[in-house]
Amino acid sequence: MAEVDYGTLKKGGFMRQKQKDNFSLRLAVVGGTLTAENLKKIAEVAEKYGDGYVHLTSRQGVEIPFIKLNDIEEVKDSLAEGGCKPGVCGPRVRTVTACQGSQICPSGNIDTTDIANKLNARYFGRELPHKFKFGVTGCQNNCLKAEENDVGIKGALDVKWKQEACINCGVCAKVCREDAIAIEDGKVNVDYDKCNYCGRCVKSCPTDAWDAKSAYIVSFGGTFGNAISKGEDLLPLITTEEQLFRVTDAAIQFFADNAKPSERFKFTIDRVGKDKLQEVLKEAYDG
Amino acid sequence: MAEFNIDETVDITDVVCPVTFVKAKVALEELDDGQILSIRLNDGEPVQNVPRSIKEEGHQVLKLSANEDGTYTLIVKKVGD
Repeated sequence: MAEVDYGTLKKGGFMRQKQKDNFSLRLAVVGGTLTAENLKKIAEVAEKYGDGYVHLTSRQGVEIPFIKLNDIEEVKDSLAEGGCKPGVCGPRVRTVTACQGSQICPSGNIDTTDIANKLNARYFGRELPHKFKFGVTGCQNNCLKAEENDVGIKGALDVKWKQEACINCGVCAKVCREDAIAIEDGKVNVDYDKCNYCGRCVKSCPTDAWDAKSAYIVSFGGTFGNAISKGEDLLPLITTEEQLFRVTDAAIQFFADNAKPSERFKFTIDRVGKDKLQEVLKEAYDG
Repeated sequence: MAEFNIDETVDITDVVCPVTFVKAKVALEELDDGQILSIRLNDGEPVQNVPRSIKEEGHQVLKLSANEDGTYTLIVKKVGD
């Protein structure tokens, strides 16, 4: 038998198990979404080629353990029939995670699934000095834990009060957790230095007296493995999708250009300088 | 509340979310289109959530005012049947 190229297998989502010639097959999942068709095929493959079960990974992925070395090609073909692709491991862009976002969740400020799919199309599997993780969360409730990721995206609402629709009920000021809203003489004043763009004022308003635009808060350099560090916001509010992708392009390019092999983004930022990254990001932010 | 002709009142300060909204919704169902309901509700979760929920049901929120006893009065116009 030819020598097994474990590196290529790992890159293609086949994770070597402790048990000889057994692999846990990682599948490509974007934003935690799988179709019923995907699931049927996964179940079929797990029963036929695996041990009859799957493992749900910590990053919304699916792995099918106990795939035999000799079945790998057959398994790939079979999964492809159900629209499933192998995932990746190793030093490259990993699974893009996302909460359900504004299409499903009443709290969502952005369409996280759409953003995750676009990030995936742009970067998934891109070779880099080390692993690189994107996560997209829809709002400040942060169910998806954006700051755990190398680049985390958090949905926000850019809010502006609409006087003509307001009945001065005061609910917005009551729900604001940042103490950013003051009502004086029938006027709602937002202190944008305090506002964290959570959108609670908009979501609680009984008369839709707000103009609200989806926006993004992006954090950089999160890592939650051997070293634990929370990603940091380094930019003002990002207000368009184009601007968002300019910024993510700049961040990933900064990592590709500056990171040493096996160095996570956080440590590249620490070594090269946060101000250097900020400079590059600001340029992308301004376009 | 002189500026509105109240047709019916309901007190939801004796229940907690989500029954607060349910009680208000049931009271609105009893009314005819265009009639006005006055709802007495507590501070906290009820005042933060009930006005919006009523709006999302399609009714028109006319006014919310604070009472001296720490409760609130929400004035709603029934829309549709």
